[in-house]
Amino acid sequence: MTEKKIEKLYVSDREIVIPGDVLAEGMSYLPSGRAMREDNKIIATSLGLTNIKGHVIKIIPLAGRYIPKRGDAVIGKITGIARHGWRVDIRCPFDADLPISEASQSYIDTNRYPMSKYFDVGDYIFASIFDISENRFIKLSTKNRPYRKLHNGIIIEVSPTKIPRIIGKQGSMIKMLKENSGCDILVGQNGWVWIKNDDPEKQMLMSKAIRKIETESHTTGLTDKIKKMLNTKGGKK
Amino acid sequence: MGGKSDKPLIVKGKRLDGRTAEELRPFKIKAGIIKQADGSCELEFGETKVIAGVYGPKKVLPKHLEENTRAFLKVTYSMIPFSTSERNRPGPSRRSKEISKVIKDALAPAINLEKYPQTCIDIHIEITNANAGTRTSAINAATVALIDAGIEMRDVVASIAAGKVEDQVILDLFQDEDNFGQADLPIAMMPRTGEITLVQMDGDMTAAEIKKAIDMCEKACLKIAKVQRKAIIDEYKNNEVKNNE
Repeated sequence: MTEKKIEKLYVSDREIVIPGDVLAEGMSYLPSGRAMREDNKIIATSLGLTNIKGHVIKIIPLAGRYIPKRGDAVIGKITGIARHGWRVDIRCPFDADLPISEASQSYIDTNRYPMSKYFDVGDYIFASIFDISENRFIKLSTKNRPYRKLHNGIIIEVSPTKIPRIIGKQGSMIKMLKENSGCDILVGQNGWVWIKNDDPEKQMLMSKAIRKIETESHTTGLTDKIKKMLNTKGGKK
Repeated sequence: MGGKSDKPLIVKGKRLDGRTAEELRPFKIKAGIIKQADGSCELEFGETKVIAGVYGPKKVLPKHLEENTRAFLKVTYSMIPFSTSERNRPGPSRRSKEISKVIKDALAPAINLEKYPQTCIDIHIEITNANAGTRTSAINAATVALIDAGIEMRDVVASIAAGKVEDQVILDLFQDEDNFGQADLPIAMMPRTGEITLVQMDGDMTAAEIKKAIDMCEKACLKIAKVQRKAIIDEYKNNEVKNNE
């Protein structure tokens, strides 16, 4: 075999690719995210947007379900109470638990109060993933701030792959959303977003804004567009 | 297969629907039609119509099917009762179970199942109108639905059938050619790598004819893969247009 030195990039930045697309040829390029190397080619493995930084080609997925990672902040719904803690649904293929020992800083005396006094079935909580065991059993924790029970507000469901866009670069998008609407917003990596404001119309406007971010996540200049949307609609009232 | 047609199926090199031997039926693919599913696709291949939906990765039920190092792939192929000329009894049959398995084996090599251990990827395929080539159309639709669901894959899978009618090798049979032809050879392949993931044959063909049929299918698969790609990208472009209005 003769050594051929081909170094070629076939895609531009922020382009939609599907699995099997050849992104680049040559050993100097590096795959990252949902890209892989096959011989001397870089190939996309999932539907996504390209992100090219120097010689690193990254694919940011555009669709897909949530796969839990240790340390993620998620929003969960209490689905059951067991002897050792609470069963929580965090929108992923695996079971999740919030053990009593990880629920609070203070001592929870289950003999004195029923466990439903702390978290009841149907409550939403903001929790961090504290441990994932080998057989994929998830342990949550609400011990430290800002993890807690979510009172009032509304929960909206978005695609987990759009969460980084809602947060923005170094939190730029979420900061803008909070500043321009006055809503309390908590974003779970699993695709649940909690919005709270005493004015229900503001809550609705915010959920519309988040829906817009979700459907247009692959476009540029989105932060400004959303800012305009929030300010013009808020000004009319 | 078998039986005799009361009219000739090929007249002066043209088939009954006016196609040449190597011509495909007109086809169109649309992605993202089921909102509740993670990924979905609607495909029309001539008169054959297919809807596919992908759900997952999700919890494996029943639990004993769970695999420790890879995802469990579940494929359900079914024809709705009014899809055929005579009413088709609903529910799983010998034929639909077999085709489900064949489709699963054709798709599995393209999916990075190791990325989703201890989960299940559920693929549901419904044939809403059958006019030959349902299993190949089902594979094409399922692939688009899988991509739409954001499942990690090595390549797309494109599929088409070739056959033998009146001693001629032809591509993409329709109902009459399938019923009265001499052979039917469905193929699924990954267009980038050229790997073939499904070959079946019903009827008799010589070695040379099989070779010719596979060559024809390979060319057609490249064409289909292009349309599959476009279907996915169009879905996102349309989203953009809709929201700007």
